[in-house]
Amino acid sequence: MTHVADVIEAEKSRDIRTRWLLSLPALLIILAAASGPLLIVVAYSFLTPGPYGDVVWVPSIEGWINVALQQDIFDGSLSMADAHVSIFIRSVVLSLATTLLTLAIGFPTAYFIATRRETTRELWLLLITIPFWTNLLIRTFAILEIIRNEGLINGLLMRFGLISKPIQMLFTDGAILTGMVYVYLPLMVLPLYASMEKIDFRLVEAGYDLYATPFKVLRRIIIPLVKPGIIAGSILVFIPALGAYVTPSILGGGKNLMLGNLIELQFGQGRNWPLGSALSITLMMIVMIALLFYVRNAGGQENRHG
Amino acid sequence: MARSFSIRRQRGFTTIAMICFAALYLPIGVLVFYSFNAGESLASFDGISLRWFQKAFENKQVIDASLRSLQIAAIAAVVSTIAATMAALATTRTAPYRGLTMKYAFINQPLMIPEIVTAVALLIFFARIKIWTGYAGIGYLIAAHTAFCIPFAYLPIRARLENMDLTLEKAAADLYATPWMAFRHVTLPLLWPGILAGFMLAFVISLDDVVITEFVKSAGQDTLPTYMLGQIRRSITPEMNAISTLFLGLSILVVSIFFVVNRKRA
Repeated sequence: MTHVADVIEAEKSRDIRTRWLLSLPALLIILAAASGPLLIVVAYSFLTPGPYGDVVWVPSIEGWINVALQQDIFDGSLSMADAHVSIFIRSVVLSLATTLLTLAIGFPTAYFIATRRETTRELWLLLITIPFWTNLLIRTFAILEIIRNEGLINGLLMRFGLISKPIQMLFTDGAILTGMVYVYLPLMVLPLYASMEKIDFRLVEAGYDLYATPFKVLRRIIIPLVKPGIIAGSILVFIPALGAYVTPSILGGGKNLMLGNLIELQFGQGRNWPLGSALSITLMMIVMIALLFYVRNAGGQENRHG
Repeated sequence: MARSFSIRRQRGFTTIAMICFAALYLPIGVLVFYSFNAGESLASFDGISLRWFQKAFENKQVIDASLRSLQIAAIAAVVSTIAATMAALATTRTAPYRGLTMKYAFINQPLMIPEIVTAVALLIFFARIKIWTGYAGIGYLIAAHTAFCIPFAYLPIRARLENMDLTLEKAAADLYATPWMAFRHVTLPLLWPGILAGFMLAFVISLDDVVITEFVKSAGQDTLPTYMLGQIRRSITPEMNAISTLFLGLSILVVSIFFVVNRKRA
């Protein structure tokens, strides 16, 4: 009896060893070229900036202090770093606005797709999937072509003599918002659709039988049923929006920075790698908090409705 | 007769959906349309011409960057797909074991961290290695791309594996197939569509990457997206539209193949 148990046990541990060996290449590649270097960022955030970028190996917490505070060069007193604070606020506000707008547009769109006949559904879905897999840079460029001073809107307005000089739309917060809503919209629609596909429309029918209005059905039945999709979509949009780099750097220009651009600046002209590292970790922590919120709220929900 | 009442209807939703589809495709449409413009301005369409495509093909920087992009994407996609396939075999169809959750988290980790943070981390790390080894070649870009492609390749392969039942492999084992033979003649053929889908996702993801490449590349190592980013910041000519149109065509081709491969499964 024990002998059989031993054999089974040995078989099991051999299986687990094989499984570790099989997953080793993937784990090592990610450790070497994605996860591992993050620890170095943590270390760098506690060092002193070198004169030409990089760091000198002298411990310092100045990088972290500079995330929110700045030192007066004359009397050394500390005050709020207004530039950094306003970039933080802009990043959070624009990302939240992007999330809400994509939700407002994406919800009806996903609902529309989910209520098509099954044969045509896949086609509509493909129409969302194609932009999803299309280069983000090209999609941002497409928006740029439309709103820049020599772009489509201004070009047409001037040609028809409606305006005499171009309306400045590029390099504004509005331009960044437009671009982000445009590029992240598919990220909202796809998870929303995934949960709407599962709606049991008998529940909706029951609502109407009880004299609910279409709006009440939406608010009391449909929205609660697709809540996991709403949360998943919001997270999927909010996180990349907060760390966005390409879209704000093309549409926001040099003045309307977001966090991603502020971080880049520290590794470029700013030559303050510790500050850049500290900002990166701050961004990562905000993202982790958002993910934690997601796990707490959606994790349980999905299981219950699953 | 009045329109029949449908319980699925919500007022205004169809209109918003139509606006959404139009808004998604209109800018891309404009971009493609003007790549065929004979003139240079967006305000007028001066007739159909392929001159901007011709100009793009004569631009050595564009050709070099495109070839580099394809080279990196091809290597990164092959390596990441192999690694992801092995990892998927190791993490599916098993009772939970110690370290399994950790493996999931680790493999999906590049999806959770903002790209800019990974980019910065790699910039710092590779800058050190460059000083130590003196090597400044394209290998850093390939390594970085391989790493962030793994989770994308992993997803469809894992999904495919989880839907496969174990009885066929058990049958093979009963017929005295070695584990390798069972894998080679039973598992692999069944898994093939998933592997192909994973490979294509990885390829597209690598081809599209801007942020990590922008931070990791050394001088003279522009890929097509980083070359385009640099050009967009300087001056824009319809040549950019032509390049974008070609790039779009390639992406749509790969995604369509992906869709067809995935549909066969269903």
